[in-house]
Amino acid sequence: MRRRLIIALVSILALAAFAVYVDWPGTPGLPLTLGDRNLRDLEVRQGLDLQGGLHVVFQADPVPGQAIPEGAMEAVKEIIENRVNALGVAEPVIQIEGDDRIIVELPGVSDPDEAIKLFKETGSLEIFGTGFVPFEEGSFIDETTEGADRILTGAEVKDASVGFDEIGNPEILFELTDAGGGKFQEHTSANIGQWMSITLDGRVIQSAVIQAAISTRGRITGNFNAQEARRVAIQLRYGALPVPLRVVQNLTVGPTLGQDSLEKSVRAGIVGFVLVLLFMVAYYRLPGLVASLALFLYAALVLAIFKLLPVTLTLAGIAGFILSVGMAVDANILIFERTKEELRSRLTIGAAVEAGFRRAWNSIRDSNIATLITCAVLWQFGSGVVRGFALTLAIGVLVSMFSAITASRTFMRVVVRLKRGHDPRWYGVDSPSAETAP
Amino acid sequence: MFQIISRRHIYFAISGAVVAISVASLLVFGIKLGIDFTSGSILRLQFERSVTSSEIIQALEDHGVEGASVKTAGENTFLIRSATILSENKAEVESRLQETLGPVEELSFNSVGPVIGRELTRKAFLAVGVASLGILVYLTWSFRKVDRPVRYGVTAVVTLVHDSVILLGAFSILGQIAGMEVDSLFVTAVLTVVGFSVHDTIVVFDRIRENRSQHRDKPFSEVVNFSLNQTIDRSLNTSLTAIFVLAALLVLGGDTIRDFVLALLIGIAIGTYSSIFTASCLLAGWEEGDFRKLARLALDRMRA
Repeated sequence: MRRRLIIALVSILALAAFAVYVDWPGTPGLPLTLGDRNLRDLEVRQGLDLQGGLHVVFQADPVPGQAIPEGAMEAVKEIIENRVNALGVAEPVIQIEGDDRIIVELPGVSDPDEAIKLFKETGSLEIFGTGFVPFEEGSFIDETTEGADRILTGAEVKDASVGFDEIGNPEILFELTDAGGGKFQEHTSANIGQWMSITLDGRVIQSAVIQAAISTRGRITGNFNAQEARRVAIQLRYGALPVPLRVVQNLTVGPTLGQDSLEKSVRAGIVGFVLVLLFMVAYYRLPGLVASLALFLYAALVLAIFKLLPVTLTLAGIAGFILSVGMAVDANILIFERTKEELRSRLTIGAAVEAGFRRAWNSIRDSNIATLITCAVLWQFGSGVVRGFALTLAIGVLVSMFSAITASRTFMRVVVRLKRGHDPRWYGVDSPSAETAP
Repeated sequence: MFQIISRRHIYFAISGAVVAISVASLLVFGIKLGIDFTSGSILRLQFERSVTSSEIIQALEDHGVEGASVKTAGENTFLIRSATILSENKAEVESRLQETLGPVEELSFNSVGPVIGRELTRKAFLAVGVASLGILVYLTWSFRKVDRPVRYGVTAVVTLVHDSVILLGAFSILGQIAGMEVDSLFVTAVLTVVGFSVHDTIVVFDRIRENRSQHRDKPFSEVVNFSLNQTIDRSLNTSLTAIFVLAALLVLGGDTIRDFVLALLIGIAIGTYSSIFTASCLLAGWEEGDFRKLARLALDRMRA
């Protein structure tokens, strides 16, 4: 018994030390890789409501009556991924939701509106020969337009970039594939002096008179600024979306609001934590002190799990964690109330503590399973924010079973072996009274 | 020892009255739905110089944005809710405001399309239903060794419905007097409160189960009352710790999740009350045949 107790205590302390090491800010991390994650670099991942950023949900918006082609959403996802990478945002999240939605999350993006335009526009480039008719910039042309002949589509663009002309106006430089270049050469050499129009998503961005034969390299100089030129170049480089998208949800959080909320929540969390500790010690005395120790262990473990998994912390997630601190002591309260009762019925301290833990178990198990059921339902039905809350609450409940039961039982067993640990007053029971069952 | 079960008619009356007020408020005023449900957008702006809400509304109307509502949210900070400011025209609206009212910083922007709003409403109802069913099944199974286990499950679910209705009613009233709106986080709060309420109820029921097996000769209501007295310290203390942390969040936390925290706080207070005064009284009442007597009384009245 004594040996086992020492082993248990040492293991818990080792676990606590490990958790504190993981939690410590700027810790060098672990020389390990877990799956595709390198555990060397341990940071609490902040959700975009904390660090600021963009969360946008796009929905495929095909022409009415048309179905979304098979595999189109996968293609959309890939193209958007490429466009996102061209923006250079750290840790973007891009996922397909349901049959026709794409969620894009960009933490810390500097210009969310521009990013939305970049993703949403199909980016379908077409070049039309229009004979001797100049089409105005901003007008619309498609294959059915009279007098317009499609020479090329964006599928034949190999690369695109932004350049500047002699007087510093932005222009889009593009390079065609060999096949595309052949077609272009053929048309331009045969139609010198005639007009051609370059359209993006059907809208003319430039109309010009063909001066000479052009093959694989061309440039578009339209009425646009550098930012727009960059956007179009990115869209051309990674191809057109197979279906148009529209924004169905957009959440943009500025960096100031996020940091402000984070600081306030952390402060509130610390105050709440201290209040719980004070209450436990004042009300349950010695066991309350043990519960406080267990609560520190709990907080350290949960934070370590957040870092290791990793869990992306949102404001609601922090609220879930803070709430779980309040709930984590519940198991301890159940146990200590039980212990008090057993003490009143004149059991020895050691036996009362053991009985307290044993008899409280059913209640703890059933009630925590009820909370876990709720968390599972929240996870299933919720969106990102709700899921963050459900996940942190569930982790909290699971860890609290360990800290409040296994760890505090070990601590209590150590305490009852101490000389001073035998006075009932330390347990909040003044004298064994004769309160018994009816 | 507190005599709770023998005075259960008082607690039934209190619960009945509060539920009736909640339902009445829900029917008359309804609940103020936020953009998560109705679609639309909320723009949180901070101006450099001090401006008033009416100046903002005026500036918006001058630029063709009608029907926006503006709420203060801190120093020179405003929440602008509108059905017509969308991702597409937001930048333009902001630059127009800047022209009229001076430099402005966008703190956050949230716009929700109608599809999403309808979906959330459907999901919210489904989630509460599924959670209740899951808990009912688990409880019936967990209490399978007692007589009529389904009564424990049903009572717990009736209690959680009681709690959710009162929480909804509270927000319906808060919507009227303080303009409070509910969003997807509110649904989360309701579900959490459901979990918490059941959590509390289970602790009492577990004790009833344990005492029942030891004292089969005692009347059921006496066993329930004794069990309640044994668990009441724990119920109150657990709620107190949860209330401590939530109160800290409410007072010190940022205002972006304040409504969420308030919903949790109200819900947990109701859940604590109901686990002591509603769930156990219902269970005892059911076992003692209260409802059958009541039904018979009603039938007799109808016949007479």
